[in-house]
Amino acid sequence: MQDSPQPQEIVAVVSAMLRDTILPQLEGRATFDLRVAINALELVARQLTHADSSNAAEHARLKALLGKDGDLTALNHALSQMIEAGALTLGNPELCEHLWATTMDKLKIDQPNYAAYIAELKAE
Amino acid sequence: MTPNSAPAAAAETDTDDFEAALLVLVRRVFPGTGAIGNLVRLSGGASQETWAFEAIGTSPSPLRMILRRSPPGYTAPFRAAGIETEAALMQLAYQAGVPSPLVRHVLAPQDNLGRGFLMDCVEGETIPRKILRDDAFASIRPKLASQLGGVLARIHAIDRTKLPKLRHVTAASELNELKNAYKKDGQPRPVFDVAFRWLEERAPQGVAHDTLVHGDFRNGNLMIGPDGVRAVLDWELAHTGDPMEDLGWICVNSWRFGHIDKPVGGFGEIADLAEGYRVAGGGNVDLDRIKYWETFGSLRWGVMCLGMLARFTSGEDRSVERAVISRRASENEIDLLRLLAPRTR
Repeated sequence: MQDSPQPQEIVAVVSAMLRDTILPQLEGRATFDLRVAINALELVARQLTHADSSNAAEHARLKALLGKDGDLTALNHALSQMIEAGALTLGNPELCEHLWATTMDKLKIDQPNYAAYIAELKAE
Repeated sequence: MTPNSAPAAAAETDTDDFEAALLVLVRRVFPGTGAIGNLVRLSGGASQETWAFEAIGTSPSPLRMILRRSPPGYTAPFRAAGIETEAALMQLAYQAGVPSPLVRHVLAPQDNLGRGFLMDCVEGETIPRKILRDDAFASIRPKLASQLGGVLARIHAIDRTKLPKLRHVTAASELNELKNAYKKDGQPRPVFDVAFRWLEERAPQGVAHDTLVHGDFRNGNLMIGPDGVRAVLDWELAHTGDPMEDLGWICVNSWRFGHIDKPVGGFGEIADLAEGYRVAGGGNVDLDRIKYWETFGSLRWGVMCLGMLARFTSGEDRSVERAVISRRASENEIDLLRLLAPRTR
């Protein structure tokens, strides 16, 4: 077991330092590059914070939907094949619910400022 | 082409040889040219170089020109129409009344400038966020969808017998290609699977009339002025196929840049696009096929994000930008769900 602070806390202070202290000192292309880098670090921080719980929820839904156990990747492969074969369709409300929940959890980490995500979040 | 683009370094090019060859060519195309001024390479487009310059001495004021060329040794991907084909299509478009820069010269081997063409510089804005936000475009924004419908009708009306050799694209052939790219990535993406299935089941059979399709007609490839559409750019992905593909592509959410309630490019309504198309002689649009191609476009963009991932993972491009763009495929997943499985509220 590693000591604190935890990775998400360290990443958070690094990205805050870059944004508040370093960014104002830069010009031109370097500003753009650093912004991209800060956004990437913030994505990592969100993943460190949320991924465990969203992966666990996805795993539980997949086990229920497919009626079998396996690791997350294996179950996603199985789901993928069933959809491709037409064995599970959008007519199945549990499938729709699963895809929506999984996608919302991905956007929460990947692109929380994406307008379509914000609109769906508001509607929930 | 874009005044706001930052000049990029003239790397990989022997600048002196290049400038000398360009001056020889410009003097031949525009007799009276004394010199070339303000030569800058505009950024954008890794596959093609775009240079802006002025031919000085030709008229009371210098002529502003654009050279678009393939870098020496560049091999175009098989999807690309080829740079001479682009030039030919722009000439046809110009003649058909499509807003388009006048192509002045297509490069020949003896020009010693590689492959490409010389065209007039059209002033305007291509950066979507500026077009969607700046006050200068406030009064034209509501009219753009209708104008673009008219532009597309004219593109689709171009006589097929005059076209250069182009790829022919059907939904089925394109889906097959996309699926191969998706399978190559290897990671399961159930939302993409649902979209593939939906698109395969509804692939248009025997489209009534195939036309020239621009192939990348979207906010970002359109030069806009305060008075409206000034130029249609980037014909690299032109092909023949279902004309509704162009109308669907401009509606893909990725090209609305956050203005998600305006389906056409973030600035307009489908009804206006359709009306502009009809008034300009394009006939009645097929709304179901527009939605089909919008869905197709969203899936295609998502699969292209996987291609970015492959370039990152393989080590070909380890840039931060490449890493994060790969994490944008989820944007297409939510767009696909909003299209195919909208939640009841």
